[in-house]
Amino acid sequence: MNLDAQTWIAAFLTLCVFSFLYRDNPFYRFAEHLFVGASAGYLLAVNYQNVLRPNLIRPLAQGHMIALVPLFLGVILLGRMWSRTSGIARWSLAFYVGIYSGIAIPSYFQGQVFAQLADAVKPFAPGWGAVNSALVLIGFLTVLSYFYFSLPHRGVHGMSARVGIWFLMVAFGASFGYTVMARVSLLISRVQFLLRDWLHLIPGA
Amino acid sequence: MNILRLDRRVIFVLIALATALPLLFPVNLPISVSPRVKAAYDTVDRLPAGSYVLVSLDYEPDIMAELQPMSIAVLRHCFRKGLKPVVLTLYPAAPGLIERALDVASKAEGKKRNEDFVFLGYKSGNQSVILGLGESIRTMFPTDFWGTPLEQIPMMRGHNSYADFPLVINLTGSSIADYYIRIAATRYRRPLVLGATAVMTSDYYPYLSSGQVQGLIGGMKGAAEYERQMGLFGDARRGMDAQSLVHVVIVLLVIVGNVALFLSGGMRGGASGGTGGGTGGGIRRP
Amino acid sequence: MRNGPYVVTFLTGALIVSFFFIPHHRAQEAQSVILDWSNVVYAFALILGSVTLWAGHQRKVATRAPGWAYSVVTLASLAFVTIWGVAQGVEEGTAVNAFYNSVNSPLASTMFALLAFFIASAAFRAFRARNTEATLLLVTAIVMMIGRVSVGEFIWPGFPKLTEWLLDVPNLAAKRAVAMGVGLGAVSTALRIILGIDRTYLGRS
Repeated sequence: MNLDAQTWIAAFLTLCVFSFLYRDNPFYRFAEHLFVGASAGYLLAVNYQNVLRPNLIRPLAQGHMIALVPLFLGVILLGRMWSRTSGIARWSLAFYVGIYSGIAIPSYFQGQVFAQLADAVKPFAPGWGAVNSALVLIGFLTVLSYFYFSLPHRGVHGMSARVGIWFLMVAFGASFGYTVMARVSLLISRVQFLLRDWLHLIPGA
Repeated sequence: MNILRLDRRVIFVLIALATALPLLFPVNLPISVSPRVKAAYDTVDRLPAGSYVLVSLDYEPDIMAELQPMSIAVLRHCFRKGLKPVVLTLYPAAPGLIERALDVASKAEGKKRNEDFVFLGYKSGNQSVILGLGESIRTMFPTDFWGTPLEQIPMMRGHNSYADFPLVINLTGSSIADYYIRIAATRYRRPLVLGATAVMTSDYYPYLSSGQVQGLIGGMKGAAEYERQMGLFGDARRGMDAQSLVHVVIVLLVIVGNVALFLSGGMRGGASGGTGGGTGGGIRRP
Repeated sequence: MRNGPYVVTFLTGALIVSFFFIPHHRAQEAQSVILDWSNVVYAFALILGSVTLWAGHQRKVATRAPGWAYSVVTLASLAFVTIWGVAQGVEEGTAVNAFYNSVNSPLASTMFALLAFFIASAAFRAFRARNTEATLLLVTAIVMMIGRVSVGEFIWPGFPKLTEWLLDVPNLAAKRAVAMGVGLGAVSTALRIILGIDRTYLGRS
């Protein structure tokens, strides 16, 4: 397929999706259903080439019988397709969940809990930086107090939780501002594609 | 008030015009470089020529607008400094995009595959791969993307785990950044530079403060700042005029909406426990 | 036998946690092998998902349910991409790669680009300063949206510094507390799963 045909197909499908802004219509639904099938198919194909072939098919073809273990675990997972055999899939799920639960414990402790605690309890910065350091510590403690629901939010705890909410609102406002930026960036890219690569109305990259 | 009943398609037209007009008639507003992007740039810039850098580019077409210009700018920086990037991805749909980024960057800086950079390709598993890179890259990636065994690539000799890389760079739009922070940066103590989509950027400031992350490039604006630092004029910088105008339009819409509601007497002081509307939360791309 | 999967979860979870503390290369090799097996299980989970997707759309076509023609599009794209991807591969130069560049890539980008329009519309309709917390969120979001783009400096030179301060102090404090809470929550959930206290992940037996 030559590049121009690819560009025209991509532009057509882009406009199909944008047509949803006017209202739901057959072009949009066509593009949506095409996307669902193509994405699922692509994921399957990539996982076949990058996971099943090197980790299963090739080792078995070379006589490494240990590869029967993951094959067995994978096949019993397919038992979920039928209600009579869905129970056997639990063994496979248990294996998978156990692995990633085991990975989570030391990595979350080390990478998130201890590292952040260590940074939270370090001495304040010198000079006027101490004001910012104090604010960070106050914010950290008050937000933690907000998330402590075992005590009712009354009295001192209630005041602390209230301050914590203010810090959370500032953080959510920052997240919202950045989220808007992210979505707008994606839109800019699609409009750039339409105006530059398809219609040649703006100079090339 | 009538303005509150404005058809949303009018807003859509305003946004579309605010996006298209600056692209058609660019003004090229100047960009200043933020401290966090400067820190990311300086971390790469400080490495002596010949240093190896592990570059994990983990994004798909839906967020390539923010991360592809970032990748090209960072790769060109590595090439200009004479660094040796070893590139990989944990996203199945990424290899095509990364091939293109490497093609653009290497041609611009005159670099050759398997002499100046290696592309290992895609490996499924996310956390398991990031963990595995700490022990043996060859176990995770026996060959490069084009099927050449790593033993046959001279550039890969003696470089088989995090310990052999003085810097790890991760550009991503998902929780892969968290895995690199917890595993590569904390467990294996590798300096880490992070590039993230704008949606995620504000979530990583605690890791900058704790020193787990050395620099942070956030979204298309961050990519534009990195391009400016490099003296490049790529897609990210080209989009900044449109970004500015659309943001102004949205802010004006919010202000108009609030003023209209206030004037119509619809603004009631709610109980201070609630937020009374407004979106929020660090939305993470799944 | 019913508790067998929970024993598997315990054994795999405990094994992975123990590997964190054992630096010996044999332990790390064993960990790599087990993690590769989990990737194979994941690949079979994708097969399961795709078969379920196929079955759902095939049923729609067979019963001529409303919108069945779109289901034909999904089935056709799923079949084409999977078969060609498995047979020929997905690298540059293959049919699937060309299809991906013309179809998957633009569709995925445009679906997300649509959100910019809806976020603008939602901000106009719902973003209201009704109380202190909402006002804090709104003001922060506005400062971020203006301060993080080029035009911000033109409006007021202090905008970039203000946005950096908002990110470095209140946002950092709140996000640190959230990160710690998430870390502690993840560790406690993982421990409950490994120890068999939480059994909901396997569904009803």
